[in-house]
Amino acid sequence: MNRAEPLVLGIETSCDETGIGIVRGRTLLSNTIASSMDEHARYGGVVPEVAARAHLEALQPSIEAALAESGVALADLDAVAVTSGPGLAGALMVGVGAAKALSVSLEKPLYAVNHLVGHIAADILDADAPPLEYPTVALLVSGGHTSLLLVRDLTTDVELLGETMDDAAGEAFDKVARLLGLPYPGGPEIDRAAASGDPKAIPFPRGLSRASDMAKHRYDFSFSGLKTAVARWVEQREAAGESIPVADVAASFREAVVDVLVTKALAACRDYDVPRLLLGGGVIANRRLRDVALERAAAEGVTVRIPPLSLCTDNGAMIAALTSELIMSGRAPSTLEFGADSTLPVTEIQVAESA
Amino acid sequence: MILGIDTSLGSAVAVVEPDGVVRSQVESADPRGHAEVIGTLIERALAEASVSPSDVTHVAAGMGPGPFTGLRVGIAAARTFALGRGVPVVPVASHDAVALELLIHDALTGGYEDAGDETFAVVTDARRREFAYTLYRGLDEDGLPVRVTGPALAPRDDLDGVLANAGAARRDADRIPAGMLALAAARALAAGRTIGPADALYLRSPDVTLPHAPKRVGS
Ligand SMILES: [Zn+2]
Repeated sequence: MNRAEPLVLGIETSCDETGIGIVRGRTLLSNTIASSMDEHARYGGVVPEVAARAHLEALQPSIEAALAESGVALADLDAVAVTSGPGLAGALMVGVGAAKALSVSLEKPLYAVNHLVGHIAADILDADAPPLEYPTVALLVSGGHTSLLLVRDLTTDVELLGETMDDAAGEAFDKVARLLGLPYPGGPEIDRAAASGDPKAIPFPRGLSRASDMAKHRYDFSFSGLKTAVARWVEQREAAGESIPVADVAASFREAVVDVLVTKALAACRDYDVPRLLLGGGVIANRRLRDVALERAAAEGVTVRIPPLSLCTDNGAMIAALTSELIMSGRAPSTLEFGADSTLPVTEIQVAESA
Repeated sequence: MILGIDTSLGSAVAVVEPDGVVRSQVESADPRGHAEVIGTLIERALAEASVSPSDVTHVAAGMGPGPFTGLRVGIAAARTFALGRGVPVVPVASHDAVALELLIHDALTGGYEDAGDETFAVVTDARRREFAYTLYRGLDEDGLPVRVTGPALAPRDDLDGVLANAGAARRDADRIPAGMLALAAARALAAGRTIGPADALYLRSPDVTLPHAPKRVGS
């Protein structure tokens, strides 16, 4: 196996994107994504069984497309990589089964890795960015997760500082969008509606931000109370026969989400004396979140890194990138004895490493 | 060499020679945990057959019916194994493997008079108080089981009535013999026929409920 610049194919199926990525060392060769998002639209959220069926159908064409794009033959690979968790169990299993069989078929080593740590590794593939410095705080926000991490080393030391206690931030966007009669996925819709709204119009609550929450949940998030507050506000206006100022509701809701995400992330930077913040996950596509994070981080002397947006959403390239780092750092492959772990803790960067 | 993979009930992998000799057959009866065991089973099946991955010329995939989550693991594995070697996947309805085993057994033992003409049903547990069943009658000239109807689902309490109406004997199966799956693929290949569906035989739509208007939260 080439440990200097390994050629790795990564398979990611933890939610509704079938992601196949190919990297050579730290160079991105292909980031192929097939999404089943459209199939979930009418249900207002990701339906696990629909996602899993779509993965099975998309997997082989996606691998073939990634190989064609990168001009790589399967026989040239140094390793196969796959997401073991966290994520939707049935969806993860499709990728795990596929990756194991591909690894045995090619007689190439297999690495089973952590999806969340993969989001951090996506940053490494940004050819224009300076090398990632440690330690860094990482804020990962998507429809499936909202996590605040302290990364001392990508391949050996990632600590969970906090995560959402209920809905993921992206889920909150979807639910509030529905409340306002906007289509799925909610993020871009709320953004569009918020463009002309006043973010200070309605003082929606910031979850887990009271002094009394701070002892136990300093870095944790909660968005279900916010969703309920928006619903109640809308109902009260409707009951009073008033029209709903959708732009103001959307802008104020979005501001509450962004405020709590950025406040807690910067609190972690301050508390751990880490002047670096890395953003990842699909919700980073939200411009307001990026703008507020950049502005408030600059005021505190914190440098913000944001991978290219195509690498922020779930993808296989980040799984390949993380594996490439593991290989370059001398790590042994995984055995074949692992499964899909829907609640895999972030401290388990690689699963089932052989002795 | 044909590699057979099925995860519609437990997990089963076999290696069969093109002429039908079963070189190896390994399985796990665990009705869950398909993703955990599939890689090891493929490795063991190859090792016990003393063949290397590059000796595999076709991969037979058990397409179900079976509980979705497990079923997909084997199909995904069959497809990527085949992709890795640049060889074709041969889809096979999983019940065909059971039917073939029963028919070959009957032919060898002469257990049934006119066994070839008896209609029988391969029945597997589909969970949620339902069975999946397929009706078969005898082998055709290519040595493949003749599917009369199915696969289909029936409520547990209704199945015997359905089979009585069809005049079919009930043959319950709690495992899919991967060797027979690969043998069915070998016979289909020899005859130049396609016998299985290209897509998984889920037999059920995904569980989804269309969202209604947002619930009121009250004040
Ligand atoms: Zn993600």
